[in-house]
Amino acid sequence: MAVRKTFKGGVHPHEYKELACSKGIVDMPPPSRVVVLLRQHLGAPARAVVNVGDRVVEGQVVGEPAGFVSAPVHAPISGEVTAVARHRHPGGFICDAVVIEAKEQIPDGDGVVSEGAPHRLPGATLDYMNASPDELKALIRDAGLVGMGGAAFPTHVKLSPPPAKPVDMLIINGAECEPFLTCDHRVMLEETEKVVHGVKILMRVLGVGSAIIGIEDNKPDAIDVLTRAFAGVDGVTVQACRVKYPQGGEKQLIKALTGREVPPPPGLPLDVGCVVQNVGTAARVAEAVMEGKPFTTRVITLSGTQVANPGNYRVKVGTMLKDVIEFAGGLKSDLSRVIQGGPMMGIAMADLDVPVVKGTSGFVFLEAGNPVDYEAAACVRCGRCVSACALRLQPVEIARKIEAGDLDGAEALHVMECMECGSCSFACPSNRWLVQLFRIAKGKINERRRKA
Amino acid sequence: MSADAKLDTGKAAAAPERLIVSPSPHLRSKDTTASIMMWVAIALLPGVAVSFYYFGLEAVRTMVIAVVSCLAFEFVGMKLLGTAGSLKDMSALVTGILLGMNLPPTAPWWMVAAGGLIAMVVAKHLFGGLGSNVFNPALTARVFLLIAWPVQMTTWLKPGTTGLVTAEGLQAVTGATPLAIIKEGGVGALSGTGAIDMLMGNVGGSLGEVSAAALLLGGILLLAKRIITWEIPVFFIGTTALVTGIAWMANPAQYASPLTHVLTGGLMLGAIFMATDMVTSPISFGGRVVFAVGCGLLTGLIRLFGGYPEGVSFAILLMNAATPLIDHLMVPKTFGTPRKAEVAK
Repeated sequence: MAVRKTFKGGVHPHEYKELACSKGIVDMPPPSRVVVLLRQHLGAPARAVVNVGDRVVEGQVVGEPAGFVSAPVHAPISGEVTAVARHRHPGGFICDAVVIEAKEQIPDGDGVVSEGAPHRLPGATLDYMNASPDELKALIRDAGLVGMGGAAFPTHVKLSPPPAKPVDMLIINGAECEPFLTCDHRVMLEETEKVVHGVKILMRVLGVGSAIIGIEDNKPDAIDVLTRAFAGVDGVTVQACRVKYPQGGEKQLIKALTGREVPPPPGLPLDVGCVVQNVGTAARVAEAVMEGKPFTTRVITLSGTQVANPGNYRVKVGTMLKDVIEFAGGLKSDLSRVIQGGPMMGIAMADLDVPVVKGTSGFVFLEAGNPVDYEAAACVRCGRCVSACALRLQPVEIARKIEAGDLDGAEALHVMECMECGSCSFACPSNRWLVQLFRIAKGKINERRRKA
Repeated sequence: MSADAKLDTGKAAAAPERLIVSPSPHLRSKDTTASIMMWVAIALLPGVAVSFYYFGLEAVRTMVIAVVSCLAFEFVGMKLLGTAGSLKDMSALVTGILLGMNLPPTAPWWMVAAGGLIAMVVAKHLFGGLGSNVFNPALTARVFLLIAWPVQMTTWLKPGTTGLVTAEGLQAVTGATPLAIIKEGGVGALSGTGAIDMLMGNVGGSLGEVSAAALLLGGILLLAKRIITWEIPVFFIGTTALVTGIAWMANPAQYASPLTHVLTGGLMLGAIFMATDMVTSPISFGGRVVFAVGCGLLTGLIRLFGGYPEGVSFAILLMNAATPLIDHLMVPKTFGTPRKAEVAK
């Protein structure tokens, strides 16, 4: 790997990948109860189409998309709908959910239990190169696919660029720059074939001739395996990237791989001719198109010092976190924080009574005293936040404006362009709350704009 | 759905009654202000050791008074003015060592203590304490002392003196700094002092003006530990060498070579330890380059054409004053913002 591409700025937290990166994916048997949230994607939440008491079959739609920027949700297991109620999302908010329990089937008159085979999407085809892009896109949409990197943006929307914005490049995100998380790494190693098919399908849907797969070079085995797997595929390059957070940020990855800079919000990758898809999403695309499988299963990482067996687990979407923890052998006694997602952008949970959702990349279980609860000290204007910012913002100056109550000043310094990666707060030697202040300011400015 | 997350797994520990929630990021860099300051203090040790070697107990005495008075006046400043800072952040220790490095070994005790007062109370805490000062505290003190007590501030001990020196005995053991010799008598007057002497520190001067090699060693440590970035020392020293080099090529009989300029005076101390002061230098890479070039330019011009033989302190303080302006003007274009030329198209 002679060339390691990257972007300017960013930080290098300790990776902690060693806890789980060599642990092969373990299949967790389907649980007897799942909580299927109807808001597992960005955009309009799905609408429940089942009622309490209905029997559902694995793969059956239980929530319909409520608009174009939305996605259906499917039953991960067969069973009976026991509740359609509000439930907590791992992101902290509460939304509608369909609860399914795998109840004993009442035999019919002949004593035959007819559960029926799992639902599969009609029109699935192994011969995707001869299917039309629209047919493929419909399969992806009907499978309920959303971005698996965390933001959970509906995949079919990203695959529908407006005619005014031609796309010439597919970027596959295998950077996995968050510390601890290793699920994308394992998918690249263990579902290589699916990734290859998924990339080819995505290229066909977008009508692009080239794709680049960006992988941080702390995963040399994945780079190796994928380089060999794509050897015969025209237009696809596997590119090693420097290990640096946030290398897996859409804008940073595009910059590293193509040199193009996505304009500030509302600019999108489409504005520079790129579409970015997570490597795990690519594998799910292959399952949807070739096997007709709706998106009901994903690989998540459990890591950190306070889980008995850190590793990568293939679980049903809707599986309760405590069931996953139990399957993985339980927790250790010094647990003080549980993070959904990676520790740089993930959410610290107050409540473990939450299900796995489509966008869940993993859970990190941290011991007491990690992170140390620092007191913020005076800013010494060292400029480390400025060097750390991957978007060339000046966190120190923005924070000063916000602390002085000057939202206009913060806006003039482009606080709205902040993508909240947290590199500034990570780097600050005075432990100042930088990104946290920016989130508050962005919320206030958005509120002001709505009122105006 | 209570906040209590109890897991009845039987075999493994249950989740604690209460989980800690906090906004991301949940990881923090290990560097803190105190750890940065500690590394600066460690990096200064080789220079301190060399000054003790050449100037003996006089240097030890001056350094101890400088450090103790800075720590004391930091405490006084914080208590008196209620400003930001803490003795635990170790910044007063660094200021103390730097103040000692900026004084002649024979500086009277009351003058050193006055330096501590100026550095901590006037230059730092009257401006708001840690992080709020515009001027480097140790340099502010040095320049104040230089103007207030010029004789004591320019009485230099000959290297190799080991014991304490009485006021009466001082005349017998004084020597001038190389830059002062050149200022007085031209390049020829310096013929007895070679580059090796200057590199190792076998010359007259302030504690921190003697050994370029020891200071460089500290600088390499700071770069290796990523405490400082390279642009300020490199552009500062480079610009000084360039300016003095042009003069030297124009008239080698009158002006010293750029090598002499780089190895003598406070340039190494200033470029590595004082101009890189986080608080008083710009926050962006471009800003720091402008700042360092300005420091180098002013240092060269003052040394060549100014009334003082040495210009590093003045140069850094002047650029300290320019830092807010540099930060204001040198705002980088944010990611994805087209450059001016592209906008014009």
